[in-house]
Amino acid sequence: MHPDQIIFFLCAALILISALFVVISRNLIHAALWLVAALFGVAVLFALLNANFLAVVQVVVYIGAIAILFLFAVMLTRKDIRDRGPQMRRSWWIPALLGLLILAGLVYLIFAQPGIDRTAAAIPAGVDPLRALGKALVSPGGYVLPFEVSSILLLAALVGAVYVAITKKS
Amino acid sequence: MHIPLSWYLILAAALFCIGLFGVMSRKNAIAILLGIELMLNAVNINLVAFWRYLDPTKMAGQAFAVIVFAVAAAEVAVGLALIISVYRRRNTIIADEIDLMKW
Amino acid sequence: MSLQDFLADPILFISNWLQGLLVGWKLPSGLATVIVFLIGILALVIFAMLFDIFLVWVERKVVARFQDRLGPNRIGPFGLIQPFADIIKLVIKEDITPDGADKVVYNIAPVLAAVSVIILWAVLPLSSKIFGVDLNVAVLYLVAAGALGTLAIIMAGWSSNNKYALLGAYRMVANMVSYEIPMVVTLLIPTILADTMSLNGITQSQETIWYVFLSPLGMLIFLISSIAELGRSPFDLNEAESEIVAGFHIEYSGMKFGWFYASELLHAFTFGGFVGILFFGGWQVPFLMADGFHFGSFVVALPGIGVILLQAVAFMVKAMIGYWVIMWVKYSMPRIRIDQMLAFNWKFLTPLSLVLLSATAVLTKLLSGFPLWIFGVGMFLSNLLIGWITIEILRFYAHRQRRLEEPLAQPASVAARR
Repeated sequence: MHPDQIIFFLCAALILISALFVVISRNLIHAALWLVAALFGVAVLFALLNANFLAVVQVVVYIGAIAILFLFAVMLTRKDIRDRGPQMRRSWWIPALLGLLILAGLVYLIFAQPGIDRTAAAIPAGVDPLRALGKALVSPGGYVLPFEVSSILLLAALVGAVYVAITKKS
Repeated sequence: MHIPLSWYLILAAALFCIGLFGVMSRKNAIAILLGIELMLNAVNINLVAFWRYLDPTKMAGQAFAVIVFAVAAAEVAVGLALIISVYRRRNTIIADEIDLMKW
Repeated sequence: MSLQDFLADPILFISNWLQGLLVGWKLPSGLATVIVFLIGILALVIFAMLFDIFLVWVERKVVARFQDRLGPNRIGPFGLIQPFADIIKLVIKEDITPDGADKVVYNIAPVLAAVSVIILWAVLPLSSKIFGVDLNVAVLYLVAAGALGTLAIIMAGWSSNNKYALLGAYRMVANMVSYEIPMVVTLLIPTILADTMSLNGITQSQETIWYVFLSPLGMLIFLISSIAELGRSPFDLNEAESEIVAGFHIEYSGMKFGWFYASELLHAFTFGGFVGILFFGGWQVPFLMADGFHFGSFVVALPGIGVILLQAVAFMVKAMIGYWVIMWVKYSMPRIRIDQMLAFNWKFLTPLSLVLLSATAVLTKLLSGFPLWIFGVGMFLSNLLIGWITIEILRFYAHRQRRLEEPLAQPASVAARR
């Protein structure tokens, strides 16, 4: 049992158990906090995959911004301080069955690919993924166009969200 | 480096299916958004795993994952703003009760 | 494995020796490595927490001197045993959990607050050979640890089941999230100047010149936004005692409050350390190279361990000076209102830091071929120019505001004179 495999199993357990609690929790604040645990597990997984930048950005963007947005939204839309009543629809077993079927299908598709059990080759020496990512995101032959378009998307989302959520004091 | 690629893909598939279950079976609109976040994270795990295992010198996988981060943030911001606005007018965020435009 | 090796690099020597010892006890070498790493982590964390106790004494003495009184001086020489008395008092206090509080979240919040500060010490280079890990995205790791701290505050405020705690948490989170932006933008300035995001790399590239001389305005903006991130005065809305009692940690008593307090002090010291690393050269001592002092061609040779200790002392001194400046600001300035605070961030600090970053990036590219002194003078002058233009703009706005308010003031004073 290589230490990498032990870390992977712990991570996978954290992610899947937290995700399950996210969708099952009655208390929405608890669900949002379980989401934080799942996102943190994904960040550790990114670090295991040598994507250091993505691991740290995952914590900063998802946990530091999105999860906090969720917590605030839950706090602002509560009719009753205590969560009452069932949080799942009455026919929840249909989505559960559907999810299991889709999972079985995906696993079958995954194993049907030849060579899917490969292990990763070492990153060639002299290649710095961080520098290469930086260059790729701003070079015209790289991904500068999607990068700039996504920044305009964020601007539009910012303006839209502020406009929708603002209350005009008359 | 001792972990086969299939493990990452199965983990991402399981996370995606849990997110899908959350979206389809929860009543609260915010809980549905939480399920969507899980699905987006599953996609990110897939992208980065493929980047690492297939060709770590090409940056398409990581660049795509960065764009997914930005899009997820934008979508959550707008989605939550809409939910808060709906709550102010209708005083409810149960997805079934917001049915003014249904036939 | 000799005295020579120990004097050259003591930490490496000790870890190799421990590893050899564990393998000699028939443990597999992978497990031995993991255990040696765990011992290293434990040593660093224990040092941080013990130093935190000393910081409590420093804080109380310094605030006393600023307020023209003596501070603790009864227990132990100069009151040095006072923090231990504080700890004993906090530990034996009754742990009250408020009625209706969310027990699990309520208990995890102080732990998360303390953890978010201790994990910062993993990337802090105390000396050229004493550091936790040389992370190549250490600058972003700083911001990520701040994000965890923000989460801890929301958890504390919400789970206390108390309106005032929640209000304090909301205001504190608005504060921290807003001031992350100028902090990240000014963190990018040393990144551009050093061409690396690793804190070790940034410290090493300040061998020729400290970045405070290349970007004094950047240092000021980073200092201001990190004081706001810490939640220290004048940005301490979370514990605005006259307004919302004690903010998000109203309902915490005993050692849980002790964790919040201790982690705030350690956070302040750690950020003093970051200001030292990013702008004042970290563990760099002028003229000190890896094998001794180099005054031109005259070399004073020092054993490796001497150099390492000297650099560690230099870092601690710079971090203490940074911490002292943060305390100085705290005990001299009144608190500012939340709307003033947010306006200060969004209307002043964010545009200013973005302009500064653009200027730094453009100048670094333009002057990259020239010798160092031209580069240094160019950067310094550009900072002064941006600072002067900012002050002129502020003066213009202040004059316009005053001219708008003057006609309103006239009739009242005329009526009073009659």
